[in-house]
Amino acid sequence: MTLFGVTIVVLLPIAAIVGGLRGIDPATFAQTILSPRVLAAYRLTFGASLIAAIVDAVIGFLIAWVTVRYQFFGRAFLNACIDLPFAIPTPVSGIALATVYANSGWIGSITSRFGIHIAFTQLGVAVALVFIGIPFVVRTLQPAIEALPPELEEASSVLGGSGLDTFVRVLVPVLIPAWLAGFAMAFARGLGEYGSVIFIAGNKPGVTEIVPLVIMTKLEEYDFTGATALAVTMLAASFVLLLAINVLRRHMVSRQVAV
Amino acid sequence: MQIRLSGVSKQFGKTVVVRDVDLVIPSGKLTALLGPSGCGKTTLLRIIAGLERPDTGVVLTDEVDITAKPVRSRNTGFVFQSYALFPHMTVAENIGYGLAVRRRPKAEIDARVGELLALIQLETFADRRPHQLSGGQRQRVSLARALAIEPGVLLLDEPFAALDATVRRNLRRWLRRLHDVTHVTTVLVTHDVEEALEVADVVVVMNRGAIEQVGSPNEIRDHPTPFVRAFLDPEDDEPVLEAG
Repeated sequence: MTLFGVTIVVLLPIAAIVGGLRGIDPATFAQTILSPRVLAAYRLTFGASLIAAIVDAVIGFLIAWVTVRYQFFGRAFLNACIDLPFAIPTPVSGIALATVYANSGWIGSITSRFGIHIAFTQLGVAVALVFIGIPFVVRTLQPAIEALPPELEEASSVLGGSGLDTFVRVLVPVLIPAWLAGFAMAFARGLGEYGSVIFIAGNKPGVTEIVPLVIMTKLEEYDFTGATALAVTMLAASFVLLLAINVLRRHMVSRQVAV
Repeated sequence: MQIRLSGVSKQFGKTVVVRDVDLVIPSGKLTALLGPSGCGKTTLLRIIAGLERPDTGVVLTDEVDITAKPVRSRNTGFVFQSYALFPHMTVAENIGYGLAVRRRPKAEIDARVGELLALIQLETFADRRPHQLSGGQRQRVSLARALAIEPGVLLLDEPFAALDATVRRNLRRWLRRLHDVTHVTTVLVTHDVEEALEVADVVVVMNRGAIEQVGSPNEIRDHPTPFVRAFLDPEDDEPVLEAG
């Protein structure tokens, strides 16, 4: 049943993409995916997604921790805000981010004074991906933090552990599988994100152009085989990365509980 | 190490859980805190450990006021009903945790862990993780972890309540023998009358947050107060097994 569901919902559309490869000769395929413009787009997409996922992991941990452990005015409001990046249409997010981070925007006007330009640079791509990915980390960590038995922290401090000992030696290792899962989802979402990025990136070929945009461009030029070649490469690379993260996570989980 | 509580009270919200308790826990003895669930015995134990701060009153060890002393610098051994073993650490790492956070040299930690593994008869389990152990084994590891820091007092919160009857009986006899070797001042919280009367040197019966009666098991058995008599009565003291 599960297999059937996965097949219909996920595997069939993916098979359709891979099926689109028929009729491409290997030379054209290699030429398409290895062109300098495409390679630069891959570097940007994977690099910005990785950096954004790392930033999300740090900020997301703080948000998750504070919203679970502390009672404060506005907690319910903050908690509701976390899902907004999911709900807002991505172009809206993109335009909003571009406005805020442009050299004339609220944040952009401050950072540009120090020579840091965010909108229409590679940094802008990462900023958009941080915004889009944050709910994944928060929402996977919150239940894990809620489920932490208070005795673990109590045991650590009775045994003489400082707050830092407890955090580093007990809490982080216990939470790391959930943390890694959130990180992986934020990373994966970053790889595929299109809508919000194109408004803040500037989309200069070879500099601030992401892979999904190159694919869209090829589609608009009716270069379907080229788009398919890119899509399949992206798919394969993402799959391998996510699989690796998941294997690592499974390994960590299996050390803690019987599976 | 003698523990003395003076005028200790604690309430959660509007519920008074511990009511003006004065109590001396003698040095080197095994004292049982006995009472029905909700009588405040666990809270009293947590106050001794420093895990709860009393609303009024003071806690003294060897006549030194430790009421405001942080938990981590009290050098207390505490065993939780739920074991509270660190799930990602091996048995050896769990036992060595208290020494590791004291930044003791690795050789010293290894030696001490080895001693304790022998004491709890789990030498071959050093590299296992908690989820690979039975409940009784986990509780022995938890006890070894508490003893590793050579605590001044050992506090046990219903340590055997989650175990089945046979394991429970074996473990409490083993605990008694262990106590006879170590002579660490020990407080055992239990709602099991048989357990308290069998292992303890001193039994403290609690009722609704206050001390009802203090005495040796024989005194409690022979001269119970009316409440204690009702509590001891076999009709009432069906050994209710409360799961973890």
